Amino acid sequence: MTADRKAERLQNRSVQKVPTGIKGLDEITGGGLPKNRPTLICGGPGCGKTLLSMEYIVNGINRFGENGAYISFDESVKDLTENVASLGFDIDTMVAGCSLSISEIVINAENIIEAGEYDLGGLFSRIGHAIDSVTAKRVAIDGIEAIFSLFSNQSIIRLELKRLFRWLKEKEVTAIITCERGEGKTLISRHGIEEYASDCVILLDQRVIDQTAIRRLHILKYRGSLHGTNEYPFLVTGKGISILPITSMQLDYDVSGERIPTGIKGLDQMLSGKGYFYGSSILVSGTAGTGKSSLAAHFAASICARGKPCLYFAFEESANQIIRNMQSIGLDLSAYVDQGLLKFHAMRPTQYGVEMHLLTIHDVIDSFRPAAVVIDPVSNLTSIAVIADIKSMFARLLDTLKNSQITTLSTDLTTGGRYQESTEIGLSSIMDTWIVLKNREKNDHRERIIEIIKSRGMAHTASINRFEITAAGFVISKEKVK
Amino acid sequence: MAGKGDCSMTHSDKNLYDLRLYIFGKTGKSETAIKTLRYIRHDLLQDNCHLEIIDLLEQPERGEDDQILATPTLIRRYPTPVRRIIGDLSELGKVLVSLELKP
Repeated sequence: MTADRKAERLQNRSVQKVPTGIKGLDEITGGGLPKNRPTLICGGPGCGKTLLSMEYIVNGINRFGENGAYISFDESVKDLTENVASLGFDIDTMVAGCSLSISEIVINAENIIEAGEYDLGGLFSRIGHAIDSVTAKRVAIDGIEAIFSLFSNQSIIRLELKRLFRWLKEKEVTAIITCERGEGKTLISRHGIEEYASDCVILLDQRVIDQTAIRRLHILKYRGSLHGTNEYPFLVTGKGISILPITSMQLDYDVSGERIPTGIKGLDQMLSGKGYFYGSSILVSGTAGTGKSSLAAHFAASICARGKPCLYFAFEESANQIIRNMQSIGLDLSAYVDQGLLKFHAMRPTQYGVEMHLLTIHDVIDSFRPAAVVIDPVSNLTSIAVIADIKSMFARLLDTLKNSQITTLSTDLTTGGRYQESTEIGLSSIMDTWIVLKNREKNDHRERIIEIIKSRGMAHTASINRFEITAAGFVISKEKVK
Repeated sequence: MAGKGDCSMTHSDKNLYDLRLYIFGKTGKSETAIKTLRYIRHDLLQDNCHLEIIDLLEQPERGEDDQILATPTLIRRYPTPVRRIIGDLSELGKVLVSLELKP
């Protein structure tokens, strides 16, 4: 069979999907979980299994008009209700409105005597009752392997769980079943339950890298469907689970011919007289003290002066510090802040993992809807990035911004010893405009120089210019560097 | 032989065995369990026994009460302590020991 025909065949048989409504998960699964099939979610303690399954059920009720049944082996109904209340899920109201059935299965292994053959008819009956009582289309069974501790005859439990997976399919519900992750590399779940979950298996895991906890999601298998195969970092935020990437790489955004002045006359000149392209991404790199932030501030002021909103992510300094510093070069940013045109968002890079930062950036952009974004410096973000994946995630962020026609200026701190025309993470290739600032020692003083390494789609200057940072701002000298 | 008085004592509520059997449909396992229980009630307890059989297929809502997972499950509600025996009760010796009908 040729690859084409195989793809076609897959398409024809492609499984129907049920959206989870969880940020990012529907994107990487190509639409959600397989309809009317059980999905197994394996993960260690504290990975977010309960939250993920609860969000799936609640979203079903609130957003997709599907009732849900939640069966918990781990937590009491009271605890569950309290834990998810902080996410804005009102369990009590849903239960009262008969759209949610929530039940807890108490595992108490004491005083059980086994005398003869048994099956898990009681469990089936209870799950069945939970489903039927609200005509649930979505089911979550959380922490199922707790059941293994209850009975001595493990092979019966195995057979019964296998039967449970089949039975859930027959009931035509889309189920999430969670279980603990096993030890070692070969085992996925502790009791090998994945053997029965032939349709979809998702792994969650939590690692601590450089003292930062990073949670990851990995789709191990998804029968009959294309799916992302990477490990995707995810976050548990006040709004629930968010999985990166939020959008996938696309290169089909509209390209604008409109220009935005840089806020610096001489720099506009260097960029074929008009400045940056609207919706493009700009990188400003240089060693410490070369004026990157000042250049960024000029840009922010230029946006705001045109009545457009600008969002400034500050990783090194507080908003007040930046405002004060820029006052010394004649830029009054505080006026724009007062008008609500300029918004600072300061974060300490080490405070959270890089995913948290990227996600926060997404969230803030989502709510502020700026015309331009400054990330100062992006190198602080990437310095805490320990996994190659995360670097590509920044590329995806830029991609999202381009899609939204948001102009982005990122500064990048390069270290003195290194060749200054290389960037920390090879970001330059995805940038439209790349400006390098340098300090050069010359006789008894330092000379500031600026050059444009590239600027796509315009006849930018190839010359290296000198500049000064004065009380009136950036002044680029017309005179070429010899 | 003690008289009628003693006999009525064993018949009083205080000494009545209270057993509850949960089954899930009329299966071979549930038939076996019911048969054994009838023998215990009639031959060993001289009918001094309250026995309730709950079929979860017909009354699924009852499963919550005693947190039933396995079927059949026999619960000795009285005398206390409460005992929980799972299985078709085919291992009679074990059943009798747990019900304290045999040392």
